[in-house]
Amino acid sequence: MRVASKGLIDRSKPVHFSFDGRTYRGFAGDTVASALLANGVTLMGRSFKYHRPRGVMTAGSEEPNALITTGTGARREPNVRATVQEIYDGLVTRSQNAWPSLDVDVMAVNDLAAPFLGAGFYYKTFMWPKRFWEAIYEPVIRKTAGLGALSGESNPDTYERAYAFCDLLVIGAGPTGLMAALTAARAGADVILVDEDSVMGGRLNAESEAVGHQSGALWAAGIVAELAAMDNVRLMPRTTVTGAYDGGMFGALERVNQHTSKRGGGAPLEAFWRISAKHSILAAGALERPVAFQNNDRPGIMTAGAVRAYLNRWGVAPGRRVAVFGNNDDAHRTARDLMAAGVHVVALIDSRAEAEIEGFDGQVITGAVVCNTGGRKALESITVRSEAGEEALQVDCLAVSGGWNPTVHLTCYMNGRPTWREDIQSFVPPPGAIPNMTVAGACNGVFSTHGCLSDGVDAGTAALKALGKKAVAVEVPVAEDADYALVPLWAVAGKGRAWLDFQNDVSVKDIKQAAVENFRSVEHMKRYTTQGMATDQGKNSNVAALAILADATGRGMPETGTTTFRPPYSPVAIAAMGAGAQGHGFAPERHTTSHKRTVERGAPMIEAGLWYRPSYFPKAGETTWRQSCDREVGYVRKAVGVCDVSTLGKIDIQGPDAGKLLDFVYTNMFSTLKVGRVRYGLMLREDGMVMDDGTTARLGEHHFVMTTTTAAAGNVMRHLEFVTQCLHPEWAVSFTSVTEQWAQFAVAGPKARELLNGLLDKEIDNDNWPFMACGDVSIGGVAGRLFRISFSGEHAYEVAVPSRFGAALFDELVKRAEALGGGPYGMEALNVLRIEKGFITHAEIEGRATASDVGMGRMISVKKDCIGKAMAARPGLVDAERPQLIGLKPVSAEGEMTAGAHLFEREAEAVRVNAKGHVSSVGYSPELGRMIGLGFFAAGPTRMGEVVRLVDHLRGVETEVEICHPVFVDPEGERARG
Amino acid sequence: MVELQEMSPCAGLLPVTIGTVTLKEVAPGRMTSLSPFGDASEFGAVLKAAHGMDWPAPGRSTGKEGARCIWFGRGEALLVGPDPDGKLDKLAAVVDQSDAWAVVTLEGAGAVDVLARLVPVDLRDTAFKRGATVRTQVMHMSASITKAGTEQFRIMVFRSMAGTLVHDLKQAMAAVASRE
Repeated sequence: MRVASKGLIDRSKPVHFSFDGRTYRGFAGDTVASALLANGVTLMGRSFKYHRPRGVMTAGSEEPNALITTGTGARREPNVRATVQEIYDGLVTRSQNAWPSLDVDVMAVNDLAAPFLGAGFYYKTFMWPKRFWEAIYEPVIRKTAGLGALSGESNPDTYERAYAFCDLLVIGAGPTGLMAALTAARAGADVILVDEDSVMGGRLNAESEAVGHQSGALWAAGIVAELAAMDNVRLMPRTTVTGAYDGGMFGALERVNQHTSKRGGGAPLEAFWRISAKHSILAAGALERPVAFQNNDRPGIMTAGAVRAYLNRWGVAPGRRVAVFGNNDDAHRTARDLMAAGVHVVALIDSRAEAEIEGFDGQVITGAVVCNTGGRKALESITVRSEAGEEALQVDCLAVSGGWNPTVHLTCYMNGRPTWREDIQSFVPPPGAIPNMTVAGACNGVFSTHGCLSDGVDAGTAALKALGKKAVAVEVPVAEDADYALVPLWAVAGKGRAWLDFQNDVSVKDIKQAAVENFRSVEHMKRYTTQGMATDQGKNSNVAALAILADATGRGMPETGTTTFRPPYSPVAIAAMGAGAQGHGFAPERHTTSHKRTVERGAPMIEAGLWYRPSYFPKAGETTWRQSCDREVGYVRKAVGVCDVSTLGKIDIQGPDAGKLLDFVYTNMFSTLKVGRVRYGLMLREDGMVMDDGTTARLGEHHFVMTTTTAAAGNVMRHLEFVTQCLHPEWAVSFTSVTEQWAQFAVAGPKARELLNGLLDKEIDNDNWPFMACGDVSIGGVAGRLFRISFSGEHAYEVAVPSRFGAALFDELVKRAEALGGGPYGMEALNVLRIEKGFITHAEIEGRATASDVGMGRMISVKKDCIGKAMAARPGLVDAERPQLIGLKPVSAEGEMTAGAHLFEREAEAVRVNAKGHVSSVGYSPELGRMIGLGFFAAGPTRMGEVVRLVDHLRGVETEVEICHPVFVDPEGERARG
Repeated sequence: MVELQEMSPCAGLLPVTIGTVTLKEVAPGRMTSLSPFGDASEFGAVLKAAHGMDWPAPGRSTGKEGARCIWFGRGEALLVGPDPDGKLDKLAAVVDQSDAWAVVTLEGAGAVDVLARLVPVDLRDTAFKRGATVRTQVMHMSASITKAGTEQFRIMVFRSMAGTLVHDLKQAMAAVASRE
């Protein structure tokens, strides 16, 4: 219930939200947890494994119990911490992992079976029969144990990613972080201050103490206001630094609109930041740890610091009759604050017999422990054990403190191992765990407010020194400076289950059982019990679990060590990390200049690398792609076809040593090529395999234009960089990609020249433009280039103009082709045309083929060296039994062939070891009236005319095929020269 | 004689204004890639004599409005504006790139915040002053970004990626505008 006159909430702004279908009222500034507590709701979830009723335990992102699902439909988001989720009007939340409801959860029967379900239960029980694991056991276990579920629908929300840069990143805006940021900012450093909370100030907002002459919360607000007014400071509230990475890079998740109803219109729900900082200060504070005792998980039991936070920050008393139990002086604050607020404190129980309690005049029981609790869905009583015996107290809330654990997580992300400090009974970060990071305040084991404020100034000053900036004096205000006195208390001895890891339902017994079964290493214990493996990474339980393991194995804490913390510090949605990459953001789309017109013609587009190319151009009346494809093949064989080939890589190579470079990267000779001529070239990788092929034109004495295949353009460019930077930096040669500069179109077919001559400002003929000629042309006054090359075997050209004219030229070419009985053709037709001619693509040169495998062994010039030449001569690569390029056609005209099918001898069984080759490309040849294909077969060229078996196990195809020469059409090459 | 119509890379896509930021296409005029064969210092003298501007150091651009030379990567600069002088090609590869790039400007208060959503480089005034240039990424695309003026950036990506450039920038512009 609310406590009048307490809290930083805005009581003038009521906010309505729902939890499990019921509407509740809270105020602006409330979290779901604080608002529910204010409404008397303490049962907020069911535990992971045993479905035990659980309430909220903390007031921060470390919360293990109060996990809820927010939103509905496709916007449903599971496993949200009720302690982090701020309320807004219309927020819909519900509990999870309970059926049929949170109040009546039949799966709680698991709790009765608990004696059988301890650590290692699954490993021991579900071993047999083996095949049952995937089919039965695992699905059933997953259904009964678990967290919230995703909607299964596509995520409609927008996420954002962003980069930020600073001199100094301050992580955490509590007293330490605020002073560190202030110190650095006043000296002119470029500062980013990040805090996961909506309001900066850290524990100062949760305590009733004073800083200077005002309340801690007011003081913090004043500092935040000063920082906000400075140009060199960026404040990032609601932002969690999730990881520390190499080079001063940090990942951070900002909850941009998780606290508002704003959705759509480009507004991001969350932003994932990459923050690059020259220096960083970790001021992440500390997390309070509970004490393990029997039934310490009932709703109403929470950490002492959380009780104070609900009281002081949100004006909520978490109970009517509250007891406080701790092993340190800090816990006493809770009793004092509650009493001052008029909440009935039943007893203050301190495990230390000699504890001195000041400022609290209620019942004090020292030298005592809480050893059990009563109640089921809510705490009803506690049992206090002292020398005097056991006594039951009627309470509805118990505040527990076992001490504080510095938040060391971030310092462990680069393999830093925290060191044990006996005086505070906890781990602190080792110096230098993250390069250029200063650790300060509570996360470095400084627990008084004054200590934190002055540690913040010191850290800020140290950062300024590291940044080479001059510090200015910053006054440290007066604040609480009490000693942090505690006596270790991890677990209260007794029967029953005393919970350690609340989120994964791991008890003290489980840890001890692990030790008994010789899982003595912390890492083994963790995996055997699952302690610390939940979404909270055991933030509340790790240190206690280690202490119990240390005790069970007779070792000290330093020898026992810790498990390994890994990023992210708190869960991050994959959608946030992949922000912007949904839909069209997935990858750049490269469009040719003819793209718009092509799509208008209804052509289905296929992706080639990042390029989009037309598959075929359908016409009215055509019902299958094959009809379109056959028609387009006909254009090229009988009239003229037009195809956008701008996607092929084009590399402009210039310089006195350009010829040398080409001779070195190509297997064949290019330095002897005449100006105005084009030559086909084959390029090998260092290991002797074919890398790419294409034509290169010589435009001038020192000027070539190389073409590459569409997909390999980037690889070839990189290869040329490697050769010229590493192997021959002395060569005077430069190269530039001109792929984008030129729009290039294939004009192919017996009427190709007729078409072009209607378009070119100056006509060409077979004498001035023979096969493999190239040069400058003019089209309507536009300077272009013309190459007489053919990938179809027909009389063909490629004509290029600067890209700004590409769309217009495509229209013009298509119009003229149609007038001549032809038209545009797509990739399907292009593929058939080249298979008919036995021309290879990357379906053949897929990385495992040598030049001789594709029938081009003699293209490796004996007159010169080239990359890959030596390696291509290795015995295994020149073996006559290697699969080599062949043509394939089905014995029966109706026979089906599929690319990817394997080839076997006629009488051999179709199993892997008998495979003699495979099919690389197939297509239907209108000219031959049957399917044809290219493939590889052992010693294939010696087997011409023989019949073998084609078997495609995947698609269930089996066909008798004949090995034939790979050139099916015009083997003499007459057409291209005509 | 046939007449071929020109079309710019971002035709039909721009301009667009979202919030305080405007994205528009620029007609850059002649763009020429210059890649000296080997040592750039000798070529730099020829460039200076021919066009009155220095060979740019990495991350810098030289020249003035209408005639600039922008560092464009290792051993490469982009001459923007004038037709290249005939003497340049003795010592360098001189390649026409006028049609190879989509060129846009992003301008207005918050332009730097928009780019912070897409570009992994510090482009704030303190680190990226007028005339500074960088080869980097815009989301997934290789790009050239030059600080053209106060709150104004000139961004270049491959011509074929113009649609994706506009898509990505508009998305970032909307996200930034939503925070106003």
